[in-house]
Amino acid sequence: MKILVPVKRVVDYNVKVRVKSDGTGVDIANVKMSMNPFDEIAVEEAVRLKEAGVATEVVAVSCGVGACQETLRTAMAIGADRGILVETDVELQPLAVAKLLKALCDKEQPQVVICGKQAIDDDANQTGQMLSALMGWPQATFASKVAVSAGKATVTREIDGGLETLEIALPAVVTTDLRLNEPRYATLPNIMKAKKKPLETVKPADLGVDVTPRLTTLKVVEPPKRSAGVMVADVAQLVEKLKNEAKVL
Amino acid sequence: MTILVVAEHDNASLKGATLNTVSAAAKLGGDVVILVAGSAAGAAAEAAARVAGVSKVLVADSAVFADQSAENLASQVVEVVKAAGGAISHVLAPATTFGKNVLPRVAAVLDVAQISEIVAVESADTFVRPIYAGNALATVKSADPVKVITVRTTAFEAAGEGGSASVEQIAAVADSGLSRLTGRELTKSARPELGAAKIIVSGGRGLGSSENYHKVLEPLADKLGAALGASRAAVDAGYVPNDYQVGQTGKIVAPQLYLAVGISGAIQHLAGMKDSKVIVAINKDPEAPIFQVADYGLVADLFEAVPQLTSAV
Repeated sequence: MKILVPVKRVVDYNVKVRVKSDGTGVDIANVKMSMNPFDEIAVEEAVRLKEAGVATEVVAVSCGVGACQETLRTAMAIGADRGILVETDVELQPLAVAKLLKALCDKEQPQVVICGKQAIDDDANQTGQMLSALMGWPQATFASKVAVSAGKATVTREIDGGLETLEIALPAVVTTDLRLNEPRYATLPNIMKAKKKPLETVKPADLGVDVTPRLTTLKVVEPPKRSAGVMVADVAQLVEKLKNEAKVL
Repeated sequence: MTILVVAEHDNASLKGATLNTVSAAAKLGGDVVILVAGSAAGAAAEAAARVAGVSKVLVADSAVFADQSAENLASQVVEVVKAAGGAISHVLAPATTFGKNVLPRVAAVLDVAQISEIVAVESADTFVRPIYAGNALATVKSADPVKVITVRTTAFEAAGEGGSASVEQIAAVADSGLSRLTGRELTKSARPELGAAKIIVSGGRGLGSSENYHKVLEPLADKLGAALGASRAAVDAGYVPNDYQVGQTGKIVAPQLYLAVGISGAIQHLAGMKDSKVIVAINKDPEAPIFQVADYGLVADLFEAVPQLTSAV
């Protein structure tokens, strides 16, 4: 059984991004880039399924600029068997990525696609669901537990009121939530080994996909800042302020 | 121009998030139609008809919606959009785990972009949405014929009552047969929902254990009539279930008063609560980043300060 894992190169989660002064976007020049944390969880889950003997091959896919190769190497250092880069300099939006992934699913025929639930840059939370719909497959989003057996997956999902468990037919798309697993650190020998794993590069046109953006960003601004607050000396003063100044008690 | 709002409901009543979504829909200027797809959802449909500003309620009542599966719901929404023959210009749902699950499927099948978690409507095709955990606000314009949108509920008031919309039954789609709900464990609580609470008492790793979380925070929450929340660290450490999590990837809240207890204030947490009206932080570390967004900060041992606060309010 083959598992496909899409991975996105994003600004590292520890970086506090700055909005460009001309309002055209955020400044990502000379900023540390990493694999989207939810995608790292997805790679880890796929590799665990392979280690458990459920999956036979884990294929990592990244869509974007040439530097996404690094993200694919990271996925392969965690344990993915090979990588596919869909290379383009065009700004990719979730629908375009879902279409690229659909084309790859048609070709690779995976039984499961494990995606991160959202990327921490655009915070869209769309790609997995879109891919699932385009394929006509079932989906299990925001997974905190995944079990795969013959022809089906049982997935526990984190929802607003608690948890729910779905049984879905394969092939299917699963998207990861934070508590699905804790990704391993790639060891140096595995990082070295990953450099020798196969990495194929294709272009969107090779896959017959039009990736033209549908949304135009008109401007990007900083959110209004909260004015600096005051420090109170003790609980009594805090209660007094909340009652008489803020009037929220 | 017709704006379709996909209702989040439990068959008996509408979820509050649906009311905020109706308010966002009203800002687009057009007829607001609510779709209630449920199983024995008559009461929810009646509630939808009473929401102010709604012109029509469409009800697809069928056992295929008993699980509220994304596959069946999305097919129904697509059917409604297609049946309207171009009259529906916008499809909206709340940016809750419900809306986030269903709406991207609708967008993909309609071959249009989705605009996620809007916080403002600039015009019928231009919207403001947070990116990078709310560290930037992007204004985006959609060129697609149908705008598929999820709405950050804290950014819009809840629509009131007083409407008297007509209710129309429509045919339900067939079951996809691809997905089956086998279990649901909902957190039972007499406290208000996080998304709707006026006051939230939220705890972090500083509490040290699940036992402490409950022992220290519950009496305060009970006295204030507050909802309980938590940081990711507290949820990961197993103090409380996942649905308590406030943050970029958890719940986005904006209560009148947010009390952050033993929470250091990672940017991912701040993304979920910085629109609260008043923020109070209690932490023993004076350098904790939470103090940079707090209106009132108290550097103290939470195990002393919180019980004092509980008896003082």
